[in-house]
Amino acid sequence: MHELGITQSIVEIALRTAAGQQAQKIHSVTLEVGSLAGVVSDALQFCYEACSKETLLEGSRLIIDEVPARARCRDCATEYPLTDLLACCPACESVASDLLCGEEMRIKEMEID
Amino acid sequence: MCIDCGCAPADHHHSAPHTKGGAKTISIEEDILAKNNRLAVANRALFADKGIFTLNLVSSPGSGKTTLLEKTLADLKSEIDFAVLEGDQQTANDAERIAATGVPVHQINTGAGCHLDAHMVGHGLAHFSLDKLQMLMIENVGNLVCPASFDLGEDFKVSLLSVTEGEDKPLKYPQMFRASEIMLINKVDLLPYVRFDVAKCREYAERVHPGIKIFEVSCYTGEGLDQWYGWLKEQVARKGK
Ligand SMILES: Nc1nc2c(ncn2[C@@H]2O[C@H](COP(=O)(O)OP(=O)(O)O)[C@@H](O)[C@H]2O)c(=O)[nH]1
Ligand SMILES: [Mg+2]
Ligand SMILES: [Zn+2]
Repeated sequence: MHELGITQSIVEIALRTAAGQQAQKIHSVTLEVGSLAGVVSDALQFCYEACSKETLLEGSRLIIDEVPARARCRDCATEYPLTDLLACCPACESVASDLLCGEEMRIKEMEID
Repeated sequence: MCIDCGCAPADHHHSAPHTKGGAKTISIEEDILAKNNRLAVANRALFADKGIFTLNLVSSPGSGKTTLLEKTLADLKSEIDFAVLEGDQQTANDAERIAATGVPVHQINTGAGCHLDAHMVGHGLAHFSLDKLQMLMIENVGNLVCPASFDLGEDFKVSLLSVTEGEDKPLKYPQMFRASEIMLINKVDLLPYVRFDVAKCREYAERVHPGIKIFEVSCYTGEGLDQWYGWLKEQVARKGK
């Protein structure tokens, strides 16, 4: 499962950061995940619980902020939310667009003691 | 963890922590795939340096990746120096099929892993002599979801879709078709027997990826393969040595 590898990276980055900060406790880890990133939040939560066992992350909360996808029309440069992959430009109805955001997978921050 | 391929954690500079009650918030802003991306950049630099054109073949299981490779290698190996990396969860069957063509092949068993990553590919390269190599074909694990997120350092991802799978695959797996510069519609010899609307398929692919390059082929009859071969030769010449 894809989310497992992703979660292992999250845990690795979080533990490395915590060690660098000499953290005693980790309360939460916050991610920014694009709506088109292709990961399932529930699966991430499930893997996170499993991967954080017996580490400093055990018991911490995984907060997932979803970043809605936005696109820019190639024909008229209008920017619009890409709620659906068949969405077309609200101004000129062109389907040709470039994605501005929505595929990101970032660790944004963590809360520690 | 191996130091020689650069996969040891790098130093990161975090902004100053903000204190909030007893706890403090540390800003990280690190891409979760940063490690894979760093290794992919290293692979890509090596391919550029050695003039190796590299494709990453992705599809559902059974779309015909291995068959396409067998056919392509048999027809072009006298003109192009190939090597193949085979990603497979368990067996070495595909690697054996490729080995039968006489082209150097290395099998990467991903076990439970549902995709190849740049780290595995970097190590896989150690099995080939790169100086003469002109084209590396990577057959990814059969899966239209996970391989989309993992850059291997390839020039292009190539999505295969066979006509038995339904023309709406590009809409169901938009990430993959957006990540692929090329789409091959395979098994067109079966078009008389299945309901598959080629025009619709092309339209859907174009919607999720404007400008995607599409080939319609049959690995059985050879239909459409000349265009595919022509494109491969052009790319090898462009990159090449
Ligand atoms: N009819 C037809 N069958 C094909 C074609 N290409 C591959 N196949 C068959 O599809 C099945 C799966 O092919 P394979 O190359 O193993 O798929 P992979 O899982 O994507 O590597 C095999 O039985 C192939 O012989 C084609 O062009 N036409
Ligand atoms: Mg195969
Ligand atoms: Zn427009």
